[in-house]
Amino acid sequence: MREVAMADQTRKRDYSLLGESGRTAVDMGLAAAEWYHTEVPRKEMKALMQRSDAPAIRDTIIWLGAMVLLAGLGVYFWGSWLCVPFFLAYGVLYGSASDSRWHECGHGTAFKTRWMNDAVYQIACFMITRNPVTWRWSHTRHHTDTVIVGRDPEIAVMRPPDLLRLILNFFGILDVWHAMVDMLRNAFGVISAEEKTFIPEIEQPRAIFIARIWLAIYVVTIAAAIAMGSVLPLVLIGLPRLYGAWHHVLTGLLQHGGLADNVIDHRLNSRTVHMNPISRFIYWNMNYHVEHHMFPMVPYHALPRLHAMIKHDLPTANPSMWSGYREMIPAFLRQLRNEDYFLRRELPATARPYREEFHAELAPAAQ
Amino acid sequence: MSGNWIEVCAVEDIDEEDVMRFDHQGRTFAVYRSPDDEFFATDGLCTHEQVHLADGLVMDEIIECPKHNGRFNYKTGQAKGAPVCVNLATYPVKVEDGAVFISI
Repeated sequence: MREVAMADQTRKRDYSLLGESGRTAVDMGLAAAEWYHTEVPRKEMKALMQRSDAPAIRDTIIWLGAMVLLAGLGVYFWGSWLCVPFFLAYGVLYGSASDSRWHECGHGTAFKTRWMNDAVYQIACFMITRNPVTWRWSHTRHHTDTVIVGRDPEIAVMRPPDLLRLILNFFGILDVWHAMVDMLRNAFGVISAEEKTFIPEIEQPRAIFIARIWLAIYVVTIAAAIAMGSVLPLVLIGLPRLYGAWHHVLTGLLQHGGLADNVIDHRLNSRTVHMNPISRFIYWNMNYHVEHHMFPMVPYHALPRLHAMIKHDLPTANPSMWSGYREMIPAFLRQLRNEDYFLRRELPATARPYREEFHAELAPAAQ
Repeated sequence: MSGNWIEVCAVEDIDEEDVMRFDHQGRTFAVYRSPDDEFFATDGLCTHEQVHLADGLVMDEIIECPKHNGRFNYKTGQAKGAPVCVNLATYPVKVEDGAVFISI
């Protein structure tokens, strides 16, 4: 009965960046707001923020080196089933590890040396099919207005959740379709009205230029496939974004899935999850997601130290991906009936409490 | 042209290659100590969004905003690329008798 009443009161969320929810968020002071962050002494934060090339150089050599090796073995065994495991592993490094590399290098925190950040950023953007200009700005907005409806262009699971879309994206199907449409549109010189809301005019020509370069690469790859009479060139370039996407979706959904929206405390809308070392390598420690959002200047390799330092002030981290999905999937199903429902993150006794002016209003919907 | 000199802090209050926030008459500034022990001052808020630069990271002559990693040369105020496009205002700084002053 209570849920029906809640559902009756629900105002449909409008995720368009030009829509009603975005205007309401601005009116309510939720846009570009001052977010909660745990107090960390300046000296310790400075130490955490320090840049270093060594960890990212090591990880990039492993990442790209493994891709070359796996692709080589896949090509060698092409024509037999033996190529399949090599391409499956190659696909994850192409279609999933590129997600975290795009992300960390976009923040400029992976390497100390700027050109290294920029080079890996461009490579990773191509693999994950995210225009490096467009997505730098969309991610900037994601950090300004994290999961603020109508403001954040990177909300992966909108309410009510579109479960079919989620499942298809484990294979990159809708994401890549949209990415290709965007690439073609940009390559023909068109920046959409939504893109114009977060990409400054001065940056828009660069988005168009890069879309044209990508288009040329795909045209050459398709031409090579036709000339060779084989899909092999596309299995190496392009298709891994589909068959290797599953890991970045598996980990990415946990970032904010099922948690609160329209709050200004990352402890309420983000999730830290402990993971196995292989997933953490692929994901570049973005499993420490509350910590990353609270302090985006801290490089990926310092996030475990930051977690140890501030975990007294954060909700208890999920002990595994399985644990995260066990709470998140039922939450998605509840949101099909009541889109105001969310998982309320409990704070430990050592934490500073949530700001009640936001939390008190949300609490009934979390029941 | 310099305006009034305002005392900010003692020299030792800012570590080398670091920054400190300074609020004065409703305005906020960022005061820097470079690795070669010179002092500089800029507006305290990032020109991209209203974030205090004093929470950011100083690297050589660059201050990086803590929110979106926008980078400025704090000696000149020059914005160094996305997501910052607008330069920072800078202010004259002097050190006298172990104290740091800025001219506003």
